[in-house]
Amino acid sequence: MFARAAEPFSIESFLAEEQSKDLLRFTTAGSVDDGKSTLIGRLLYDSKAVYEDQIRAVKRASAGELDLALFTDGLRAEREQGITIDVAYRYFATARRKFIIADTPGHEEYTRNMATGASTADLAIILIDARHGVQPQSRRHAFIAALLGIPNIVVAVNKMDLVDYSHAVFLAIEREFRPLHPRAWFVPISAREGDNVVRPSRRMPWFQGPALLEYLETVPLASTGELSGPGFFRFPVQRAIRTNHGFRGYAGQIAAGLVRPGDEVTALPSGRRARVKSIETFDGRLNEAAAPMSVTLTLDRELDISRGDLLTAGDPPQVARSFAARAVWMHADPLTPAKPYLLKHTCQTVSATVSAVRSLEGDTADRLALNDLGVLAIETSRPLYFDPYGRNRATGSAILIDPHTNATIAALMLVGAEGVGQAVPPADRRMTGKTACPTPVTLLERASRFGHGPAAIALRGSAARKLERLLFDRGANVAVLTHWDDAARVLVESAGLLALVTGHSHALPSPGALPADDDAAAAKALAFLLETGIL
Amino acid sequence: MIALSHLQRLEAESIHILREVAAEFQRPVMLYSIGKDSSVMLRLAQKAFHPGPIPFPLLHIDTGYKFHEMIAFRDQQAARIGIQLLVHTNRAALAGTNPFRVGVSRCCQLLKTQALLDALREGGFDAALGGARRDEEKSRAKERIFSVRDASGQWDPKNQRPELWNLYNSRIRPGESIRVFPLSNWTELDVWQYIHLESIPIVPLYFAALRPMLVRGDTLLSPEQPFIPTLPGEKPRLVRCRMRSLGCSPCTGAIRSDADTLPKIIAELISFRRSERENRVIDHDVEGSMELKKREGYF
Ligand SMILES: Nc1nc2c(ncn2[C@@H]2O[C@H](COP(=O)(O)OP(=O)(O)O)[C@@H](O)[C@H]2O)c(=O)[nH]1
Repeated sequence: MFARAAEPFSIESFLAEEQSKDLLRFTTAGSVDDGKSTLIGRLLYDSKAVYEDQIRAVKRASAGELDLALFTDGLRAEREQGITIDVAYRYFATARRKFIIADTPGHEEYTRNMATGASTADLAIILIDARHGVQPQSRRHAFIAALLGIPNIVVAVNKMDLVDYSHAVFLAIEREFRPLHPRAWFVPISAREGDNVVRPSRRMPWFQGPALLEYLETVPLASTGELSGPGFFRFPVQRAIRTNHGFRGYAGQIAAGLVRPGDEVTALPSGRRARVKSIETFDGRLNEAAAPMSVTLTLDRELDISRGDLLTAGDPPQVARSFAARAVWMHADPLTPAKPYLLKHTCQTVSATVSAVRSLEGDTADRLALNDLGVLAIETSRPLYFDPYGRNRATGSAILIDPHTNATIAALMLVGAEGVGQAVPPADRRMTGKTACPTPVTLLERASRFGHGPAAIALRGSAARKLERLLFDRGANVAVLTHWDDAARVLVESAGLLALVTGHSHALPSPGALPADDDAAAAKALAFLLETGIL
Repeated sequence: MIALSHLQRLEAESIHILREVAAEFQRPVMLYSIGKDSSVMLRLAQKAFHPGPIPFPLLHIDTGYKFHEMIAFRDQQAARIGIQLLVHTNRAALAGTNPFRVGVSRCCQLLKTQALLDALREGGFDAALGGARRDEEKSRAKERIFSVRDASGQWDPKNQRPELWNLYNSRIRPGESIRVFPLSNWTELDVWQYIHLESIPIVPLYFAALRPMLVRGDTLLSPEQPFIPTLPGEKPRLVRCRMRSLGCSPCTGAIRSDADTLPKIIAELISFRRSERENRVIDHDVEGSMELKKREGYF
């Protein structure tokens, strides 16, 4: 399964090496015919992840030269239509890392599929056809990747062979795309010819970076523990485990942070506290455990805890029955406001209704249909204990289920109890507000360019000025406003503005108590914007 | 900071899935095929509910043609772990059915697919855990971890629920059931490494030994079942061989091999350039055959 040099092969060192490998999950996005299947086929083929019998079968099915795309085109229905229709998962490994690819097709259902693949991805490869440049779909891919919180973005400019491996073409695409995702890494490739995919290309000496595969092998993996900060711990209880011998523990998968025996945790919803007595596993007790391990915790006192409860430490999660969430609509049946849905969040399922809808793309939205993105105001039958998705994916994500068809109809990225993130809380605290007149520049395009949607937060004036500079330097469309009223709201919405409102305004989210020092205050407010997913 | 290896990540994910199944279904069951993947799945179930017992039974669909060593191993494992073992056989069909008389696909249809559907219906099971992996076969690459089957046990590849994060939708209507694949993201190599690392017991047939075999070109066939037709003068010969995957003895080819330890099996695997199903007669018909079987309800 691996390319191995001719040196004598030691299975012991191989096994030791294997055991220390980590795992990178990535997803691919591109429009139809950008070469996604070919690229994945190339990665699998050149890294020797396909078997001889598969190669024989693909050779038989290829007209002429080996058609790499056939390694990944799975189902009969797709074969007949000549397109891939759904998310498929592929596996390969190199000497350095194991990889799981969520392969999502690029036809009109791509939003739903890409969101699915992106939900578990550490990295996204966005493919661009060098001949066509940055397309509206590329912008959308960048936007969805950001919406789903994928930490790393690679832009692969494909089919460089068809533009004479031109540096100028690559640079122009990089220049155009860069503002959509300032931290993206760009690489010029030819999936068909293999340039810069597994091996560096001699045909593009102007490109200094590593080949795509080497980048995938070495890009640092952020761990959830690190992302969410010290002392931060989230443990949704999946199941209480009891035995006849009086053992009582709580089984679950750590959703964020780290835990050690002796740590104090708070159980929600009861709010009661206890100390972790032990971390139990089949392989013995552990001195510490971190996300995303599945463990069983015992506590030093009896608390009444059941499935769906949350053990937490560090900053408290939000507790709310009504909150805002960004949504990807996944089903052909459109959203029906006020209809009872089911919402699954961590290990609990509650009933939920959507009280208001805003589209990220248009101005008004009383509905959300398949592949639409939007912001929902949601009310649930019981409170959820959650973190903003931007802070922690596992406790910030949810799905909506139609109780009649049982279909999974929407993916939700929770924003906050009052802060509506990219949406602006209108004066009446509902989110059905209408904006001025339709504009040829959509909100989505603005959001893609600026890295944020329209939003407003409340902040004291001197800190707001510092923050304005910080945000401007990051490419944000930012302004300081002294009052918050309907006129300001329309302005913010139609310009996709990030407003720092210095006048007294309870209706707006705020970063809370700020340090007296303005630089420190601005830094804290910036952290707030990042955590809540506004940025 | 704790750095998790890929196996630790896969283990954590699988345990999460097993616990979700136990929590969200009324009557789950674990399909136990006795193979290496089932052995890993069973160990993960022990881990998921430790120190409590595994809260569901095992179900083995016994076609009647499994290797004798598999059956002995099955009973021994269930007794060792102390888990309830259910065995179902399509007795009505067994009498007149074998792969040589009715053909491989009809035989599988009756003794595997039909038997499985009957057993799930009779047991009233609403969720069946299976050890299938997405890397096994192209059509599996698209299958969800929680995969809905309609009332006749069929899979509709075009109408699957989106599956995001680790939030699994376990809602079904009466008559429907869900197949759950906790090992979806494991590869064949991951499974072997895990077996090695965790010292998980597996059927001895996986290890190379001298075994009496009918040698037909590249194919090594076990003469265990009396109905295997032999050519004139053909006698089993002792061949050093092992099974790469386990199934019914008349339809599972062995491979020539000296790999009699786990490290040797793993070394063989990484130098071996053929997929594990190739030596299973079951997949020898058309490309895409697995998908057809799954549409019919085959696991
Ligand atoms: N010349 C050239 N053609 C390519 C390259 N990558 C893909 N193609 C071709 O573009 C077409 C579409 O590729 P495919 O991988 O099926 O695209 P997908 O729809 O994104 O999966 C096929 O004819 C490929 O052979 C490339 O780097 N160079």
